[in-house]
Amino acid sequence: MTARTLSPSELARDIRRQTLTTIHRAKASHVGSCLSMVDILAVLYARVLHFRPEQPDWPERDRVIVSKGHAAAALYATLALVGFFPESWLSTYCQDGSRLGGHVSYGVPGVEAATGALGHGLSIATGLSLALKRDNSHARSFVILSDGECDEGATWEAALFASHHRLDNLIAIVDYNKIQSFGRVEDVMALEPFADKWRAFGWHAQEVDGHDHASLLGVFEALAVGSQKPTVIIAHTIKGKGVPFMEDDNLWHYKPPNDEQLTLALRFLDHLEKPHA
Amino acid sequence: MRNAFVKTLLTLAQHHPNLWLMTGDLGFGVLEPFAERYPDRYINAGVAEQNMLGVAAGLALANPQNQIFTYSIGNFGTLRCLEQIRNDVCYHNLNIKIVAVGGGLAYGSHGYTHHAVEELAILRTLPSMTVMAPGDPLETDWAVRQLALISGPAYLRLGKAGEPQIHAQPIDPTHPLSEPFVLPSSHQGRLDVMLLSTGGMLEVAVSAADRLALQGVFAQVVSVPLLKPFPAQAIRSLISNTKTQVIVTLEEHVPEGGLHSVVCQTLASSPNHPPVVAAALMPEVVGKIGSQAYLRSLSGLSPEAVAASVFQQLAMCVKG
Repeated sequence: MTARTLSPSELARDIRRQTLTTIHRAKASHVGSCLSMVDILAVLYARVLHFRPEQPDWPERDRVIVSKGHAAAALYATLALVGFFPESWLSTYCQDGSRLGGHVSYGVPGVEAATGALGHGLSIATGLSLALKRDNSHARSFVILSDGECDEGATWEAALFASHHRLDNLIAIVDYNKIQSFGRVEDVMALEPFADKWRAFGWHAQEVDGHDHASLLGVFEALAVGSQKPTVIIAHTIKGKGVPFMEDDNLWHYKPPNDEQLTLALRFLDHLEKPHA
Repeated sequence: MRNAFVKTLLTLAQHHPNLWLMTGDLGFGVLEPFAERYPDRYINAGVAEQNMLGVAAGLALANPQNQIFTYSIGNFGTLRCLEQIRNDVCYHNLNIKIVAVGGGLAYGSHGYTHHAVEELAILRTLPSMTVMAPGDPLETDWAVRQLALISGPAYLRLGKAGEPQIHAQPIDPTHPLSEPFVLPSSHQGRLDVMLLSTGGMLEVAVSAADRLALQGVFAQVVSVPLLKPFPAQAIRSLISNTKTQVIVTLEEHVPEGGLHSVVCQTLASSPNHPPVVAAALMPEVVGKIGSQAYLRSLSGLSPEAVAASVFQQLAMCVKG
């Protein structure tokens, strides 16, 4: 499997490059939301998940739902880099007739479920976990949530359900970059005390630096099936992470990099790449 | 109808180990036999319909053998979670059957929140969705069996309990989904009006036909439980073969987007088709409280009112 030969830091670097290039080419949006999630994807796909790119429907695969569907470009880049489909497909992102829509689209190898309307993914992942348990499968389901979609009531309906059914094969990761559409999460709709909310819903909650590969890996490796509780990993992240002029600025939720900005961004990635793990 | 539904579902579940039933905490006194017999495939999702549909999607995605029936009252299991139905169920073309009890005005005295009178139109617009409203408990049994054979999404609108049995005998489970039910009729050759009915309005259609017969007007009642994909060819053939003067559509639903709309759409390109008169809910019924019969009468959906409407139309045809 291609991904196993890449370290998380190498995969993260390549995902960032492909994501920036893809979004620039398509003049698309949500680059900041993609970049905050990249290290989570890189650790998952390089070290944690069980999957077979040549057999996307392998029954024993771990399931991944990217519930923040607007970060599709980063997911597509990851799936291409680990071998689910050719990297050349990325050049079709958002183009007429492409399989790769601006939000995570159905029918793409490696995509378990389409997302884009926020607040759907945790329920779907919960159903996956429940079915996997009933089938006595060892597969787990992972779901990446945005902080903004934790405003959605359906997310908390699913949180109640998952703990009630003791779904310890369900792992939610919140990409907590602390910026949503209009600005700071704490100004728009405060989530704190965030981890305590999940704990009150019956979840095992852990906080981690969402860009520190070793820490992320440590949390993932410590996941214990048999704990009778679903797990949420609150990953503290920075929107636009990896490109200094994009970091922590919600303008990059909307605008694509122009030619100069892309060149500059890629140069930053070249200089900044220092292996984390 | 809900008792027929559960009875048939229990029968199907015996032979279908991946058939699940989820409820949004409704069906007390109805669903227990399933819950007791198949506890591993029965999920009470609590009062959380959005999550119920999302979880159902996850169950269906996890194992292609899984078939999930979700159960709730009219609007709760359909409109409350419409986006989950659209995105998670229909976009992914999943094997999920959405069952609503209290279709139409069955819960009349409970008030407008419990009147499911727009959902047929709304769900008909969704991709891959099959939409059914059986006319009596026997059609319900047949419909559940038919839906279980379909691998995609479907919506099943039911009444509540105690609806009269209209068909004289059980329906052959192999009766094709695309074939409406032409009820036995006393007319001999001449046909004045065709009453196309969907869902629980079937008893009204039959009663109206009886009233008309007493006055020498011959009506053919046709039950049309399948609204999508609409059996257009069968309906066109019926109409052209019987040479009816007037068609009346009967539905416990707003006139937009339900049976009347789809019949008009079906006939629009046919030259010289008979007039299609709607017997559907009028805006006046919004917010009104009362029994199903009372609310029907406010909208001209009583057997008497339907019969009177037919007389009026026939008179216009004669004048015309």
